[in-house]
Amino acid sequence: MEALIDLLQKNALTPREDIARMLDMTVEQVDAAIARLEHEGIILGYQAIINREKWDTDVVTAVIEVKITPERDGGFDRIAARIAKFEEVQTCYLMSGGYDLLIVVEAKSLRGVAAFVAEKLSTIEAVQATATHFRLKTYKENGAFHQIDLAPERLAVSP
Amino acid sequence: MSIPIANAVRDIPRSGIRDFFEVVQTMGDVISLGIGEPDFATPWHIREAAIYSLEKGRTGYSSNLGLPRLRRAAADYVHQHFGVRYEALSEVLVSVGVSEAIDIALRAMLNPGDEVLYHEPCYVSYAPSIVLAGGVARAIPTRAEDHFALQAADLEKAITPRTKVLMLNYPNNPTGATMPPEELEKIAAVCVKHDLVVMTDEIYSELTYDGGTHHCIAALPGMKERTVLLHGVSKAFAMTGWRIGFVCAPQELIEAMMKIHQYAILCAPVMGQEAAIEALERGQLSMQNMRREYELRRNYIVRSLNDLGLECFKPRGAFYVFPKITSTGLSSREFSLRLLREKKVAVVPGTAFGPSGEGHVRCSYATALDQIKIAMERIAEFCEELPAGKAAAA
Repeated sequence: MEALIDLLQKNALTPREDIARMLDMTVEQVDAAIARLEHEGIILGYQAIINREKWDTDVVTAVIEVKITPERDGGFDRIAARIAKFEEVQTCYLMSGGYDLLIVVEAKSLRGVAAFVAEKLSTIEAVQATATHFRLKTYKENGAFHQIDLAPERLAVSP
Repeated sequence: MSIPIANAVRDIPRSGIRDFFEVVQTMGDVISLGIGEPDFATPWHIREAAIYSLEKGRTGYSSNLGLPRLRRAAADYVHQHFGVRYEALSEVLVSVGVSEAIDIALRAMLNPGDEVLYHEPCYVSYAPSIVLAGGVARAIPTRAEDHFALQAADLEKAITPRTKVLMLNYPNNPTGATMPPEELEKIAAVCVKHDLVVMTDEIYSELTYDGGTHHCIAALPGMKERTVLLHGVSKAFAMTGWRIGFVCAPQELIEAMMKIHQYAILCAPVMGQEAAIEALERGQLSMQNMRREYELRRNYIVRSLNDLGLECFKPRGAFYVFPKITSTGLSSREFSLRLLREKKVAVVPGTAFGPSGEGHVRCSYATALDQIKIAMERIAEFCEELPAGKAAAA
């Protein structure tokens, strides 16, 4: 199961037939295993990693540190869920250290991010403070490199 | 003027792999399964450690035997992974890859006419290294039905009063074979009985699959004192170009090897030694990730070849498969040359690894899966286009 998850994490589009050959399983066994992983909520979804230098270059990504006051009932979870539900929010983590939530926000423009912070995020009562950082360039994302050429040169035949 | 060439050098053939490589060089768009090295670049943390050492200006010679820290790392590594304890400062020598270690170990041990046994098919350098060291090279063929594991009975039959050394290489290049522990014990017993030295090239030891563990012959009773253990960082840590190997052996032999090494080589490249320390001390995770990848590709290639009627056992080590191609009606060399010319896929004829490799080719799966996939499609086409009834391509 671990090897299957590994393969899907590296490339979810790997043909099932190839996965079967690599894992020494039948295609039916692979299909069943993937269906089980999806059903059990271990696999939540599949996404493409987009190079923002080449596509939709105007999209603005910001990382926002958020300090919140936890609630007596539910701690951080209810507030975090409330924030995570905004469609601008791509990622939302509860963090240790100097702030509580780290959220990654995507918007069509700088103004879009500003509006989200000013009108939606900061107005939530439990939110004490925010610090917004804008992404300038991406080098590596979810294990995929954006610009760096990694292919080593090799001889065609060697001992 | 005519340059004099020593008879011994004139008489040894060039590597069959080299010949083949030159044909491949003249062609474009070739998918190569002919490569005996990892397709991964050296893990970044290892490269980064070497860069750091260069920044620090560590660019001089090291001790002839190698950096003491590397020898300690190697001794600890061998103890942890092979179960044999060597004295870091007197029983370990850092060499320029295992290739140099083979050469100097043979030169340090052999007198003219001494016989060295090795199992075949085997790595291309063994027989020439023996001959160049003044020895007599004698091959013991291994068989596909034994999964190319050397049989103690065959070994015993081959021993003569002149036999001094047995060379072992498991996991094996070119077959991917590993040695079942019970057969290894029998071989050790034969070596003790006939008082042979065992020179064991265990460069692929980490690349043992199916959750199996590697068994080192030096760890068996009575063997450490008669074993020359050769290992290095090239294969497991994807560091072929750094040229760092090491030898663990009784002090007496290390001393003798050191004499040759110090005059011929002086010391292994120091930046490579620095990188090797990082690999041995902190490289396990990167190695395991690569190993996992190789294992998946092995599964893929073994099933694909068998589906094509190219019978192939599932090897448990290294990164080679050695399918039988006799169902095509072609010799190893014809198969490889025609496959290259007609379908632009490079494999190495089994005969490059000795006459007992006839009927087989070596395919390396140290190649990205998408490449392996295309290669398998092209081999399928190749087999289908052969005269009917030759290949059992389903």
